[in-house]
Amino acid sequence: MATIEPSQRSPGGEPRAAVLTAAPSPKLEVRGLDVFYRGEKGGETHALQDVTVDVFPREVLALIGPSGCGKSTFLRVLNRMNDTIPGARVAGKVLLEGEDILAKDYDVVTLRRRVGMVFQRPQPFPKSIFDNVAYGLRAHGLADKREITRRVEQALGRAALWDEVKDRLDAAALGLSGGQAQRLCIARALAVEPEVLLLDEPTSAPDPIATAKLEELIAELKADLTIVIVTHSMQQAARVSQRTAFFYMGRLIEVGATKQMFTRPRETRTEDYITGRFG
Amino acid sequence: MAGRHTSGDFELELREIRAHLVAMGARCERAVQLALAAFLDRDSAKIAEVSGLDQKVNQDEIDLDDMALRVLALRQPVAYDLRFIASTLKFVTDLERISDEAVNIAERVETLQKATTAPPVFDLPRMGELAQKMLREALDAFVEGDEQRARKVLTADDDVDALYGQTLRAALAWMAEHPNDIPAAMCVASAAKYLERIADHATNLAEHVIFLEKGDDVRHRRSP
Repeated sequence: MATIEPSQRSPGGEPRAAVLTAAPSPKLEVRGLDVFYRGEKGGETHALQDVTVDVFPREVLALIGPSGCGKSTFLRVLNRMNDTIPGARVAGKVLLEGEDILAKDYDVVTLRRRVGMVFQRPQPFPKSIFDNVAYGLRAHGLADKREITRRVEQALGRAALWDEVKDRLDAAALGLSGGQAQRLCIARALAVEPEVLLLDEPTSAPDPIATAKLEELIAELKADLTIVIVTHSMQQAARVSQRTAFFYMGRLIEVGATKQMFTRPRETRTEDYITGRFG
Repeated sequence: MAGRHTSGDFELELREIRAHLVAMGARCERAVQLALAAFLDRDSAKIAEVSGLDQKVNQDEIDLDDMALRVLALRQPVAYDLRFIASTLKFVTDLERISDEAVNIAERVETLQKATTAPPVFDLPRMGELAQKMLREALDAFVEGDEQRARKVLTADDDVDALYGQTLRAALAWMAEHPNDIPAAMCVASAAKYLERIADHATNLAEHVIFLEKGDDVRHRRSP
């Protein structure tokens, strides 16, 4: 069966018939997703409204939009981080390779192994560099020390951090620079071999060199992983992603090939936001 | 045309570029008008004015390139702003060449004045009218952000090409009958070629306007 790269898809997400004969199955299918948060005075905030979108294997999907538009909420739903927020309520479907991850009986521990997440601020544990990366492996029950060592080294290598820390794996992770700490968190996420990696503004703190390294890393990881990244930087979204989704006031306004989104977006609201003509 | 930018400085930079482009276009229109009048009236007094305008247009090209590159480097424009800057870089190239063609036309006046028998100008006046109209329409389409107006310019180019063919054939026939004044007749043929090139550049300008307004790249789409 012929397959296509997501970047070859038309702005609407449908394959171009003249070029393509079949589309790859989505890695994630989000259907009619609504998220509500409980407000301070007892009411509900409708944080996400009827969001429907596919995420394809080995693509980087960038989520952009103004603060409070729902993009981080969307990201958190993808590995059920919202479960930890009191009063948060989710409706709709999120299918990971066809399985509904929002189903009550879906194992959240398994979900978070398959769908890893890296947060805006790097949060290394107050442990050694090695133990930070080994943490998830041990938490998932891996006890074989040689296998743990192999997986830690492999994860640090994939996160492009190995050369910088290989001689001080026992040093405290809290001593790493911001950019290194962020890559350590990525290594920690990669160690359990996820299929999807969620990145919530991963380069809001690091300097330009660290940002460039991280973006290079994202490009390399895309060979094996599906990546969804929330970013406030239009340029970053343009650089790292194949498709971009624009959220505004809890709604998905437009999703399309990044090249199209940044040269001729279909929606005026997208155009206004990315060119800085908003509000 | 897009709305007002949130960043006042960015908005100002974009407006400056737009205003400068419009001024450059007006200088080109004037240069073509003067050059054609100089040629048809055998009036060498206008040559210096055409040359002076061309020097200003050359400086416009340098200034606008610089302004556009600065915006690219400092603002990283996207969507309409990106298309506007990309179009600006192309616009100035076509405008500068239009001005060069006007100079070429004006420079033929002195040769024409030396001819013992003045060659007829054949369809040159009509070609000049059409080429100037195309230029004016392309520039107005840019100012108005009117993609439909720009599309009409594209079809007008065929008429200019047809008139160029007619003029060239007539000039060649005249040369055969007036072998002593071939240089003067060549001036008419050359002026026709320069006008045909001006119409081509006006077509390019219209194509840039369509890209700017709609994001559609319509270059090289018409049948040969």
